Amino acid sequence: MGEIERLIDRLEELDDLLAGCMKCGLCQAVCPVFTETGLEGDVTRGKLYLLEGVARKMISDAKGVKQRLDKCLLCGTCAANCPSGVNALEIFLKARIILTEFIGLSPVKKVIFRNLIAHPRLFNRIMSLSGRFQGLFITPASPQLETYCSRALSRFMGERHFRRLAEVTFSQGPEKWKKPGKTSKYKVALFPGCVVDKMFPQVAMKTARVLERHNVEVSIPDVQICCGIPSLASGDRKSFTSLLSQNLDSLIALEADFLVTPCATCTSTIRKIWPMMGSELLSERKEQINKLAASAMDISQFLVDVVKISSPALSSDGKGKRVTYHDPCHLGKSLGVYQQPRMLLQSLSDCSFVEMKDADVCCGNGGSFNLQHYQTSGSIGENKIHNIQSVEADVVATSCPACMMQLIDLLSRNEKPIAVKHVIELYEEDGNQ
Amino acid sequence: MISKSLVDRFTTLLGKENVYRDKIDRFNYAYDAAVLEPVIPELVLRPTDREQLGEVARLCNENKLPLTVRGAGTNLSGGTIPQKEGVVVLTQALNKIIEINEADMYAIVEPGVVTATLASEAAAKGLFYPPDPGSQSVSTLGGNVAENAGGLRGLKYGVTKDYLMGLSFFDVEGNKIKSGSKTVKCVTGYNLSGLMIASEGTLGVFSELTLKLIPPPQTSQAMMAVYDTVEGATQTVAAIIAAKILPCTLEFLDNFTIRAVEEFSHAGLPVDANALLLIEVDGHPEQVAEEANIIREICSKNGSTRIQIAEDEVEKNRIWEARRSALSALARLKPTLVLEDATVPRSKVPDMVKGVQQLAGKYNLAIGTFGHAGDGNLHPTILCDKRNRGEWETVEKMIGELFEIALDLGGTLSGEHGIGIAKAGFLAREIGQASIDYSRKMKLSIDPNNILNPGKQVGGWNG
Repeated sequence: MGEIERLIDRLEELDDLLAGCMKCGLCQAVCPVFTETGLEGDVTRGKLYLLEGVARKMISDAKGVKQRLDKCLLCGTCAANCPSGVNALEIFLKARIILTEFIGLSPVKKVIFRNLIAHPRLFNRIMSLSGRFQGLFITPASPQLETYCSRALSRFMGERHFRRLAEVTFSQGPEKWKKPGKTSKYKVALFPGCVVDKMFPQVAMKTARVLERHNVEVSIPDVQICCGIPSLASGDRKSFTSLLSQNLDSLIALEADFLVTPCATCTSTIRKIWPMMGSELLSERKEQINKLAASAMDISQFLVDVVKISSPALSSDGKGKRVTYHDPCHLGKSLGVYQQPRMLLQSLSDCSFVEMKDADVCCGNGGSFNLQHYQTSGSIGENKIHNIQSVEADVVATSCPACMMQLIDLLSRNEKPIAVKHVIELYEEDGNQ
Repeated sequence: MISKSLVDRFTTLLGKENVYRDKIDRFNYAYDAAVLEPVIPELVLRPTDREQLGEVARLCNENKLPLTVRGAGTNLSGGTIPQKEGVVVLTQALNKIIEINEADMYAIVEPGVVTATLASEAAAKGLFYPPDPGSQSVSTLGGNVAENAGGLRGLKYGVTKDYLMGLSFFDVEGNKIKSGSKTVKCVTGYNLSGLMIASEGTLGVFSELTLKLIPPPQTSQAMMAVYDTVEGATQTVAAIIAAKILPCTLEFLDNFTIRAVEEFSHAGLPVDANALLLIEVDGHPEQVAEEANIIREICSKNGSTRIQIAEDEVEKNRIWEARRSALSALARLKPTLVLEDATVPRSKVPDMVKGVQQLAGKYNLAIGTFGHAGDGNLHPTILCDKRNRGEWETVEKMIGELFEIALDLGGTLSGEHGIGIAKAGFLAREIGQASIDYSRKMKLSIDPNNILNPGKQVGGWNG
């Protein structure tokens, strides 16, 4: 069998998924990347057709096809709006694996995913060392937004404005949640997610405090292990499978009723992508994966739907700070969680909630998309910044640390000192709760 | 092969970033929304200034390169599938609304403006652009003119041709041709705007379109009527028109579609009903109330077993959700969906529906029929899997017979999707060879090298 035939053979497994696309092109109306560039290769129809082109031997440039496929936020807006219900996310993730295995994973990514992230203890140690020595390389950018930029590391960081890495991550912090707590109605395993753990530890801390305040028993994994989405986005099946397996061991040991996270991307990955990909890659643990996935929940959703907190919506006429909300794609479009975070924000006593235009449109971060296509990522985010300003918000709240990074970067670079907060931070800090 | 020196000239004209030669980039413009084989063009160009279009046309003509203009690529008849040695010209970057004139009620736009964008910009100024093809959220106005796009509002408000007041286009020598005016009345020169409507890119390269805007209706009323028989529904349609009422939308769903929609959206539709009519009247509040009452009486007189009148926006939305989700609901049943649009005089709708159902039985195919009953433009939607060769051949055979039925009923091959390459072979049967010859002679005198989207609308031939 020739080289390309091997690839065609592998792509065969996507045939049924691909056949559902009727090429109507309506994804052009909703795709954030297409809206920016207007190129067919950037929209879902175009990408799916490239895969079909390879399968039909009309094109053979696997690297070129992978490049086009990688220029995608994996935000799922197309799938949420597709008239024929094509599961673009599943196709894209599986195709990235197939193409990466055909072309080979780049040496840098091999080191990052297989030698670093897939070894959580080592990864955590290196990140906390970086946290301690980062001061040598970074300079303050915006005091209000607490951002820094880095000339010394501009090869890696570009023009980005970012928050410092935590010197003490959440998972290295308080020991109290690592031991069994008092008995209560609900047992929750708190999964902070890497970005919260290492860059926004206060978000995890406040999540835990709110849960405790509502008499929920909280426990956290001994070591923070990556949910695996960066590996999958880069098409690395090996490190994803390893991370999934380590996570299963670590989380099942906590014997919790619910798995709660303050990270929209982690929630969506655990709830939807673990079963989607894991049931094939780790078929012997299928049952465990499905059980854990079904128990995974965003913190706002858990408080509203399970704990059923009784915080009545307060009238929002002009009191305190003006707060608006940005819907992370992985919470809204992926899981349909729109109302719950808004309910928490509307219950705040010292803030008034204002809805902005296109609140559920992607901010342009897209994880590794931001690393590979920083310019496009930024121009997609410009509209978001504009909409935040249009409602004269003092604070923009969201439910995903990746969106927070993007909003902080864009606001800081545009010198707009509008605070960026996780919903749970505002909820925890509010005097009313 | 396109010579390097010609590519260089395009590059100088448009900029390097707007000339696509990479095979993958070209492959992305080899298809549209029709179920047809892709054809990879030799070159893809993306002008960013409408004045560049003339030079592009001239260079293509001098080098005898077939030129296909492409908007959003939502065409359902292959009108934007290029020629193998050809050039695709993208209008995506020509998306400026040049003017919306409230006093004289018109808009001047570049060809790449998205239909829904114009409609919402016009609405923001208190004006109304009615044509609403199913792809309006992405389709471009240039494409709408080239295909004479229709939509749900055709019965009362007409289609794209009724809103084209004038346009500018480039001929193959790069001359700018103007036709029509910003005035309501204009009889200066041949009506070239009319000629450009539904020309499918075969007669010129559009650069500016002048489109009519109208005052929006003040209010509207939507309702749904349920029928045991298709005849009851179609008699209702005829009776509404006979009562001199023109609903802004008058949509039909057959039993197959009703069941598919219900399974998909659980909206509480009557799955044993053989037909549904979704009706909306709009205009002055008093007129709307009166017409809604008359329509209600007509519906029950013609055997409607249940009539539901939308009391508010929420109910109105729920009623229209049934129609909006028809295509999605059907699309999920099988991998391939062929959306037909053979159209008959509205009095022949019952015969057409019967004909489609007989064909479905004869060939054992899944076909859902829904569409614009008010203007006789139904969409028999064939569900199949084109990977199954035998089944696909059956579908093609069945479509041929479907056309025969429509033509025998005094109808037409296509109400709004275009002839493109999909229906070119059936053209003679409808308009006769003499009409085709006349059209071809006209095209050849305008486009002697036959470079403007060859093979579309008047078929392929060796000019």
